[in-house]
This record gives sequence, C-alpha cells and structure tokens, in this order.
Amino acid sequence: MTATSQSAGRRVLADPRPDDVKQIHRPDRRQVNWWLTALVAVCAFTILIPLYLTVVTALKTPDQLGGTGFGLPTSARWQNFAEAWTLTSFPRALLNTGLVTVGAVLLTLLTNSMVAYAIARNLHRRFFKGLYLYFIAALFVPFPIIMLPVVKQTAILGLDNQLGLILLYTVYGLSFNIFVYVAYIRSIPLELEEAALTDGATTWTVFWRIIFPLLGPMNATVGILTCLWAWNDFMLPLVILSDPSAQTLPLAQFIFQGQFNTNYPVAFASYLMAMAPLLIVYIFAQRWVISGVMRGSSK
Amino acid sequence: MSTDVSRPARRGTPPPAMRQDRRVPRVFYLMVLPAVALFAVFHTLPLLTGMFFSLTNYAGYGEWSFVGLQNYVNLFGDDRIYNAYGFTFLFAIVSTIAVNIIALAVAIALNGRIRFKTGFRGIFFIPNILSILIVGYVFNYVFSNSVPAIAEALGITSLTTSILASPDTAWIGVVILSVWQAAAFNIIIYLAGLQTIPTELYEAAALDGATPWKQFTSITFPMIGAFFTINMVLSLKNFLQVFDQIISLTAGGPGTSTESISVLIYRGGFQGGEYGYQTANAVIYLFVIIAISFIQLRILQRREASF
Repeated sequence: MTATSQSAGRRVLADPRPDDVKQIHRPDRRQVNWWLTALVAVCAFTILIPLYLTVVTALKTPDQLGGTGFGLPTSARWQNFAEAWTLTSFPRALLNTGLVTVGAVLLTLLTNSMVAYAIARNLHRRFFKGLYLYFIAALFVPFPIIMLPVVKQTAILGLDNQLGLILLYTVYGLSFNIFVYVAYIRSIPLELEEAALTDGATTWTVFWRIIFPLLGPMNATVGILTCLWAWNDFMLPLVILSDPSAQTLPLAQFIFQGQFNTNYPVAFASYLMAMAPLLIVYIFAQRWVISGVMRGSSK
Repeated sequence: MSTDVSRPARRGTPPPAMRQDRRVPRVFYLMVLPAVALFAVFHTLPLLTGMFFSLTNYAGYGEWSFVGLQNYVNLFGDDRIYNAYGFTFLFAIVSTIAVNIIALAVAIALNGRIRFKTGFRGIFFIPNILSILIVGYVFNYVFSNSVPAIAEALGITSLTTSILASPDTAWIGVVILSVWQAAAFNIIIYLAGLQTIPTELYEAAALDGATPWKQFTSITFPMIGAFFTINMVLSLKNFLQVFDQIISLTAGGPGTSTESISVLIYRGGFQGGEYGYQTANAVIYLFVIIAISFIQLRILQRREASF
C-alpha cells in the first residue's frame, strides 16, 4: 500500500464520526441504485433469519414447535426464560464470562501495548528484533497443537479457573496484538518522546503519559477484538476449566445441550440470553466496533 | 499492510536521547521480560513438552515409557487420521473460497450506490459478534427441522431428510455455518480495502467506457490485493482449526465423517487415552500448517507483485 493511500485510509478509519456525519448529511449526488439495494436487503435477511428463528422458538411451548419453526408463537411462553435462567445457572455463567472478558481486555491493553512499545522503539537492536520475530512466529502455531500440554500445565499450576483464562487470553493475544501495535507505534514521531526525555521524564512516564494516550484508536481495536474473542470463545474454557462453577456462557450452553437436548424452547431461550448482552452493546456501539475492526485490518 | 515494520527506522544510529541515557535500554528490558517469560511458559514450553510426549506412549495419566517414533509410524497407517485430514482440508478449502467470493461480492455491493449503507453494514457484521457454538445450535435446528419441513412442502425429496444425518452431506452443513459466520469479518476487511481506492479511478474508467467487470478486474481487484491476501491466509488458517462448528452441528458424525483434526486431538487426547499419540498428530499438524502458510504467502505475494 502506498503512503498516500494509507494515510488517506487512516484518516477515514481512525476518525469515524466526522465521516459518518458527512456521509449522512451530504446529499448523494450520484443516483441510488435501488436494484442493488434490494439485492443487499435480501442478503441481509440470511443474517437475520437465524436470529428471528431464535427469538420465536424461545417464546414457544413445545407443542407449538413442528413445521418449519418459522411461524410466530400463538402465545408467548416467558416461562422458558425463567427455566433457562435456573437450568444453565445463567447469572453465574454471565458473571464468569463478564469477569474473564473484562479481565482479559484490561490486562491485554495494559501489557501488550507496553511490550509492543519496547519492541517498536528498539527494533534496531538484535534482541528486540529477535523477540518481535519470536512473537510473530507463534501466529503459525494454532492452539489445538499445544492444547494437550497446556491443559496439563494449567492444572498443575492451579490455573484451571477464570484467572487462568484471563492470563491465557492475554498471552495468546500477544502475537497478533504486537503485530498491530508495533506498526502503529512506529508511525508516531519520536520527537515527542525525545523532548520529554530531555526534560527528565523516565521511559515509564513517557509511555504511560504520552504514548499510551496516543494509542487510543489502536487500543479500541485490540480491545474490541479481545472482547469478542474472550466472550465467545468455547475451546479454551472447555479444556481449561475444571470446576463447573467457573463455567462461561458458551460452555454452559454446551453442558445444557448435553443434558436437555430435546427441550428446544428452553434451549433457545438460553441461547438468546447468552447472545443478548453483546448484541445489545453492539446495537449501540455498532459504528465504533466496525471502525475499530477496519482499523486493525489496514495496519 | 505495512511492509516496513521489520525494517529499522533509523538504521545504525539510535535516537539521540537513547544514546545519551544508558539506563533506557534496561527499562525496555523490564517492559518485555514478564511477557516473554509468560509467553515462553504458556506457549513455547507446551510446544516442546508436546514434542517430547509425542515420543512416548503416555495415555494422559499413569505411567509412560519412550516408544521412539512409533506414534508417527502409527499415524501414517491410521484411517481415522487420514479421514480427519481429508475432511479438514476439503472443508477448509471449500469454505475459504466460498467465504472470499461471497464477502467480496457483498463488500462491493455495500460500497456501491445503495441506500442504508451503515445499517446494512451493521447487519452483515452481526455474525462476528455471536458465539459460533450457539449459532451452530440454531443452525442445527434449521438443518434438522426447518429445511426438511420446507423441502417437504415444496416437494424436494432430496432435502426431506436432514443433511446432517448423511455422512456424504453433513460437511456441507458445516461449510454453510462457517461461511455464514466468517463472511462478516471478511466483508469488513474488504470494505476497508475498497475504501482506499480513489473514486477518480472509476470515474476515469467509466469515461473510457470500461464495463463494470473490466473495472473490477483492472481496478478493484488489483487495488485490494493486500486485503485479499490477508483474508485468504486468515480464513484458511482459521478453517483448518475448525472445532466449535463441528461440536454444535455434528459432533464429528455421522460416524467420523466430519471429525476435524482439532476435534480428533481433543477427543483422542482427553477422552481416548491417546495423549502421546495425539501430541504426535499435533506435531505433524504443525508442520502441515507451517508448510501451507509458506506456500500460500509465496503464491499470493508473487501474484501481488505481478500487478
């Protein structure tokens, strides 16, 4: 990508609000293609149909099921949610997932950015260059490859719990996060730091007071991606957690499915409750989330 | 993509402030050492212990002894292993191609002259914020109950039984779920790429009378080459690790027809008492992934360079 197109891209992506506002208020001089709009709308239905099915099924009684399942419930059975609430220990699973997600996001933002800063500013030193390659090389090692030994190890260390999950998300995120942070930090001019250092500031101060605030847009990107990963991940909780009381939301659905796999309305009520928190956040923060993900890709 | 990441910005001479202050590098070491230690303990060490146990007959519990390369020899004569690799590759290649075609088409449409752009973009990203496992349970219901009921009403006899119930078609269900979910992320990446293309290029091309297809092959596709590369590499890498989709849709069945490599390592390693054997499988899997990543990057970079 050329320098000009990248800076143009960053301007569009890093600062969504003015552009979005512009997009809405600027009268579109070009003609709207209604056929294309209709086609996109049809495609959008393929996304919404499974969600619609989840909602209507969650409200039905078992004898209303039958047929394609797309019919509206004749009478809503809210009891399904109450049953799912207790059967999957929903409050506990929600608390666990929330704890793990918040913990992983905070720890990731605070540590990964700092490591990336140290690497980005010392890439000319052989040690840091080696570290950078060490972390990036790990991108080629999918988790299933190290899964069996990791599970033994976390059990021995007493990390087969929520704390272990937070730690593992932070550590396994390093490779990708360093990759995006380093690229971003190297686009920040050195002059700011040099001025602060000559004024007697320590490198710690420089990082926390000057660099970290400047990383705002990248922190948003890394935070969003880590949040989506930690909230929805199934494999790590499945293999790491040993105590049933530590179950996360996806894991609780898996256990529930194994026990009550034929009670569809209650199961779907449970799925809906597990998906709802992030969906609600997404509805309100949609533009911010998408611009954050886009920014990560243009690095 | 920033290709200059690995190149030192100031070759040779460190920044003046750092040269004067000899203590600075030590602070930088303090910043990275805890992370390096944790990464070594939770990533590199398991990789090495895995390689070690791949040379043993360890069952995951109890006693073990060295068996040399016996696990690797056995792997090559194991039908279940061949079956898992065959299914995983078939699934990953079909899904990678399908998801990239669909995502690129949707992204181009979303970037076109349509109304409600932001709203549609928001809808298309929804699958990426949902748990694949949970969506998989919903799709399981659709494939086993809704689709057969619709097929019966329309008189399509071939679809009146669930596609997940037949060993020949179950993998298609896994592909549909995976593409539905993965397209969301790929659409956004392609949109980011499309937005870097100056509209003047299209205006000039339109003045010269270029057809939309010609504009796509001569402007759009070459200009988003880097984004195409990211999407192809990431999709294939993610699909080769397929796990959640299998657990929620087919549990590896019918029989072992949709058992992926990840599912096999999980089952054999944790439930089948094949700890040593499955770590050997994981080592082979690692070499396969590395080989594929290099081949893919080589091919895609050559293609990009030729533009």
